Amino acid sequence: MRTSQATLRIRKFFMEIGELSYFAGRFFKVGFRPPYEFKEFLRQCYNMGNRSLVLVLVTGFIIGLVLTLQSRPTLIEFGAVSWMPNMVGISIVRELGPVITALVCAGRIASGIGAELGSMRVTEQIDAMEVSGTNPFKFLVVTRIMATTLMLPLLVILGDAVALYGSALVENFKGNVSFQLYFNTVFSALSYGDLIPATIKSFFFGFAIGLVGCYKGYYSKKGTAGVGMAANTAVVFTSMLLFVIDFIAVFISDIFYEL
Amino acid sequence: MMSNEKKIVTETVPGQALKEVIHIEGLYKSFGDNHVLNGFNMKLYEGENLVVMGKSGSGKSVMIKCLVGLVKPDAGKIIVMGQDIGGLNQEALDILRADIGFLFQGSALYDSMTVRENLEFPMRRHQKKMGVVTDTTPFVLEALKSVGLEHTMDLMPEELSGGMKRRVALARAIILRPKIILYDEPTSGLDPITSKEIIELMRNIQKEYGTSSLIITHDVDCARVISERMILLVDGINYAEGTFQDLTNSSDPKVQAFFKK
Repeated sequence: MRTSQATLRIRKFFMEIGELSYFAGRFFKVGFRPPYEFKEFLRQCYNMGNRSLVLVLVTGFIIGLVLTLQSRPTLIEFGAVSWMPNMVGISIVRELGPVITALVCAGRIASGIGAELGSMRVTEQIDAMEVSGTNPFKFLVVTRIMATTLMLPLLVILGDAVALYGSALVENFKGNVSFQLYFNTVFSALSYGDLIPATIKSFFFGFAIGLVGCYKGYYSKKGTAGVGMAANTAVVFTSMLLFVIDFIAVFISDIFYEL
Repeated sequence: MMSNEKKIVTETVPGQALKEVIHIEGLYKSFGDNHVLNGFNMKLYEGENLVVMGKSGSGKSVMIKCLVGLVKPDAGKIIVMGQDIGGLNQEALDILRADIGFLFQGSALYDSMTVRENLEFPMRRHQKKMGVVTDTTPFVLEALKSVGLEHTMDLMPEELSGGMKRRVALARAIILRPKIILYDEPTSGLDPITSKEIIELMRNIQKEYGTSSLIITHDVDCARVISERMILLVDGINYAEGTFQDLTNSSDPKVQAFFKK
């Protein structure tokens, strides 16, 4: 009994992966063909950015503060506190900034998209759109995935900047390090090899957030209960996918570093 | 399942004299083991009000969705205004859909848009496809006036009552001046007074625009007031057909079950 249930779950998981891949394929097939829903795309960009900006800024600022405060005693112990800007800068730009921002956006945007499209599905708004001669996949899904793909890197840049400012603030108060010195050290420590993979990774994170949110909402079933389920599973699935993408991205960029 | 001999078929509309706008022949649709439609046949004539009645889950909504290409049937022929739905490409289907107004069961107004934007949406889409750009405001106003809701133009759907939502949805269904209007449970979830108002509106719209109407319902009062001809959908087939009077006088227990209070 247990074995058959486990088999069913595994089968369901792989079926979902297959359906998600098909959904992504449909996005590439439909998304770049005219007519383009440019107005709706801009509306979605504004919505996504506006919905997540404050959350990303607050989270980024706190991460910067906490990371610096937590690292200070250890670095002081080893007499390496002057390396603080280098350490914080690299860890925020390369890893923490993109991952934390993406996770925050997964909670905010993916669940929002899942719930919105899910409720549109159960209240027949998607059918109404189709009857009106509009391709709902293009109007609802393509615009949202493109908006998240484009907006997430921008949010990551803002989140990184605020996190570094938070870190600089701690160093300024506790270590008497000027803002100018702090940021000069950070920028001299960073190279294109840190910035480019992080930016590319952010595009993939944005794509994953939009894709999973839309997939879960678009195929939402079981009435209003299904809407809640779509929002919930969108966050869980996206968060998991983000870590998988992060692992692959780090693995690939590591190969380039070794070269 | 009843045999064809047991069906009540009363030709109240002279089929030869009137033009068919919808012709359904041998429609089959299943969802897994659930056989919803098992060879459903139907004809809707120009200017006619045809009511299809059936129990919940009898496949009425599936049938109406097959008509506009929202659901693909397993087998059967659907001809709408001389065009076979199954053989149309997306572009041709969209053009045909402009001639069909659809009132959804739950109104299906777009939550994120105002009443005006809800009405403009199908219009702008159609204009874009046709390469025509005209001011949509007079059309929006006229459609809202037809349902008596001109003052709601800038309201959001959440600010409207259930009856108002249904009327706005009706305005959206008629904005492209369709030749056929499909009503999916137009009075479900409404109180008796609002239901009467909606039925009255449906009659007015038919008079004003000369549309043919296919009404899917399980509301006997609605069927009595609006139908010129009725079809009872039982076990996925058109079990009985005739005027409201014919069907209420029927001695068939399955037909009687619909009209017993």
